Amino acid sequence: MLNVENITVTIENRKIVDDVSFNLKEHDVLMIIGPNGAGKTTLIRAIMGTIPHSGKVWLGKTNLNTLKPRALAKRIGVLTQKHQPQFPHTVFDVVSMGRYAYKKILSDWTKQDKEKIEEAINLTGIENLRERSVLTLSGGELQRVFLAQLFAQDPQILILDEPTNHLDLQYQIAIFDLIKNWAKGSGRAVIAVVHDLNTVYSYGTKALLMDNGRVYARGSVRDVLSRENLKGVYKVDVAQWMQSLLKHWDI
Amino acid sequence: MYVSGGKKKEKEKAIKPNAFYLGIAAALLFIFSFLISMSIGSVGASFSETLRILVDYVINPAISRDAQDSMAVILVNVRMPRVILSAMVGAALSIAGSALQGLLKNPLADGSTLGITSGGALGAVLSLVWGIKVPGFLQLGTAVTSILFSFISILFIMALSYKIDKVLSSQTIILTGVIFSMFAGSLTSFLVAVSGESLKQVVFWSMGSFSGRGWPHVRLMLPFFIAGSIVLMCLTWELNAFSLGEEQARYIGVNTKKTKLIILIVVSVLVGISVAVSGTIGFVGLVVPHITRLLTGPDYKKLLPLSMFFGASFLMLTDLLSRTVLSPAELPIGVVTSFIGAVLFIYIFYNQSGRNTR
Repeated sequence: MLNVENITVTIENRKIVDDVSFNLKEHDVLMIIGPNGAGKTTLIRAIMGTIPHSGKVWLGKTNLNTLKPRALAKRIGVLTQKHQPQFPHTVFDVVSMGRYAYKKILSDWTKQDKEKIEEAINLTGIENLRERSVLTLSGGELQRVFLAQLFAQDPQILILDEPTNHLDLQYQIAIFDLIKNWAKGSGRAVIAVVHDLNTVYSYGTKALLMDNGRVYARGSVRDVLSRENLKGVYKVDVAQWMQSLLKHWDI
Repeated sequence: MYVSGGKKKEKEKAIKPNAFYLGIAAALLFIFSFLISMSIGSVGASFSETLRILVDYVINPAISRDAQDSMAVILVNVRMPRVILSAMVGAALSIAGSALQGLLKNPLADGSTLGITSGGALGAVLSLVWGIKVPGFLQLGTAVTSILFSFISILFIMALSYKIDKVLSSQTIILTGVIFSMFAGSLTSFLVAVSGESLKQVVFWSMGSFSGRGWPHVRLMLPFFIAGSIVLMCLTWELNAFSLGEEQARYIGVNTKKTKLIILIVVSVLVGISVAVSGTIGFVGLVVPHITRLLTGPDYKKLLPLSMFFGASFLMLTDLLSRTVLSPAELPIGVVTSFIGAVLFIYIFYNQSGRNTR
C-alpha cells in the first residue's frame, strides 16, 4: 500500500538520506534500524514532507508529497520520541486534537469524532487520566496519551520515531503491544524507528537496516538481522553479544 | 456532550458552568473597570452621574459633546476616549501575547519580552522624525510604520534565534528578544535626542502612556483591533495545536507555515498599533494570559476571549492607577505594568526551568 521511491535528502552538500526505497503492505510493521546518524529520523521527515527531498512517496495511487497537511494527517500519523508540554492541557483535550484534520471551521465535534476520541482513550487505557493536566504525567503516561491522539487521528500508516526511547520496560512493552494490535485493523501498517533489536524481533514483520544514509539490508526480520549485516553496520558481533547476555537470565 | 455514564456526566456539568460563570465574571469586571475609570480622575464624578452622562451620550452623542455641562464634556471628550483606548490596547496586547505563547510553545513569550514592542516604537519614532504621513489620516503613517517594524522585528528575532539554536528554546528566544529590545530602544532614544524632542517623548516611547490620547487615536486603532481579534479568534484550534509544539501541530494536520505567518502578521498588527497609540507598555501580554490561563486552563477557545476582557480591564485599571496615584502628575503606565510583569516573569521562568530539568 505504501511505496517509498528513491528518497534522497541533501543537507549542506551531504547526503543524509541516499536513495532509500521500500514498500509496505497491509498489516506490515516495518522496523527501521541503524546506528546513530544513519538518517532514520531524516527519512521519516522526508516521508512526511517536512524537509526538502527528492523521490516520491505513494500511498496507493496518491502521491503523498502533493497533499495538504490536513489530507496527509488523515493518511499518516507520527509519534515522536519525546514530548515536553509547556501548558496544562487536559489529557482529553490533547487526545481530541487528533481529530483536527477532520474538523470543519467553526463546527463542533461530530458524533464520529467523539466516538473515535473515546475509542482511542479506552484502547490506550488512559480513562483514569482523562481530566489530568499533561504537565503532571510521567513519560510513559504521556507517550500513551500521544499514542491515543494518534489513534483518534485514525491514519492508515503509523510512523513511530523511537517511541519508547525514554520509557521503562513495562511501558515499552505496553506501547508496542498497542501498536501491534492496531496494525491488525484493515488497511493499516506501521513504520517504526527503533534501537532495540529485541523489539525488532518481537514486533516487526519486516526490517530495514540503514547505514550512512543508505539501505544496508531490507527484507524479513530474520534476514536483515543476520550476523554479517549487524557486524557490518554496528562494528560489533551483536549476535554473539546477545547470546552471551542470555547466560545471565538463567534464573 | 461526549461522555456517557452518570458519574462522568456530573463531572462535565461541573466544568461547563465554570467557563460560563467566568465569562460573566469577566464581563462584570470589564464593566466595573470601565465605570470606575470613567468616574475617577482630576475631576471626579459619582457613579450615578457617570452613568447618566454615558446614557445621554449613547442616546444622542452630538448633544453631550456640545453640552454646557462641563462634567459631560470632560467625561465624553477627554476621559472616555482614553479609557476606551486603554481597554483596546490592553485587550490587543493580551491576545497578541497569548497567541505568541501558543505559537512558540513558550509561556514567557510576549510583545515586550521578544522585543517586538521596541521594534514597533523604533518604527513609530522613525515615521515621526521622517514625517511619514498618509494624507487625510492623522497618524496613520505612524501606525503603519510601527506595524511594519513590529513585523520586521519579529521575523528578525525568530530568524536570529533559529540560527543560534534550532529548537528555539525559551532561553535563546527571550535572550535574543531582550538584546534586540535594548538595541531598538537605544536607537529610538538616539533618534528622539537628535530630532530635538523632549525627554518626555523618550519616556513616552519607552514606558508608554495614554496621556492626552483622544478620539482620533480610538478611531485609528479600532479597525486594526477588530480585524486582528477576529482572525485570532478563528485560529483557536491551530493555537491549541501549536501549543503542543510546531512539529506535532504539523503531524496532526495543521498547515504550520501558513498559520504561523498569519499569526505573526496579526501579532505585529496588534502590537504595532498599540505601540503607535500608546508607546511601549511592557508585560501586559505576559501577565494577563498567565492569570487567565490559571482560571480557564490553556484551551484557546476560552483563553483568547477571556484574555481580551481581562486585558482590557487590567489596562483600564492600571491607567487609572497611573493617572491618580501621583496626581496631578502622571506615572508612566509602563512603570506599573513592568513592575507586576517582571515579578511574574521570574516566577514563571523559575517554574518552567524546574519542570524542564525534571
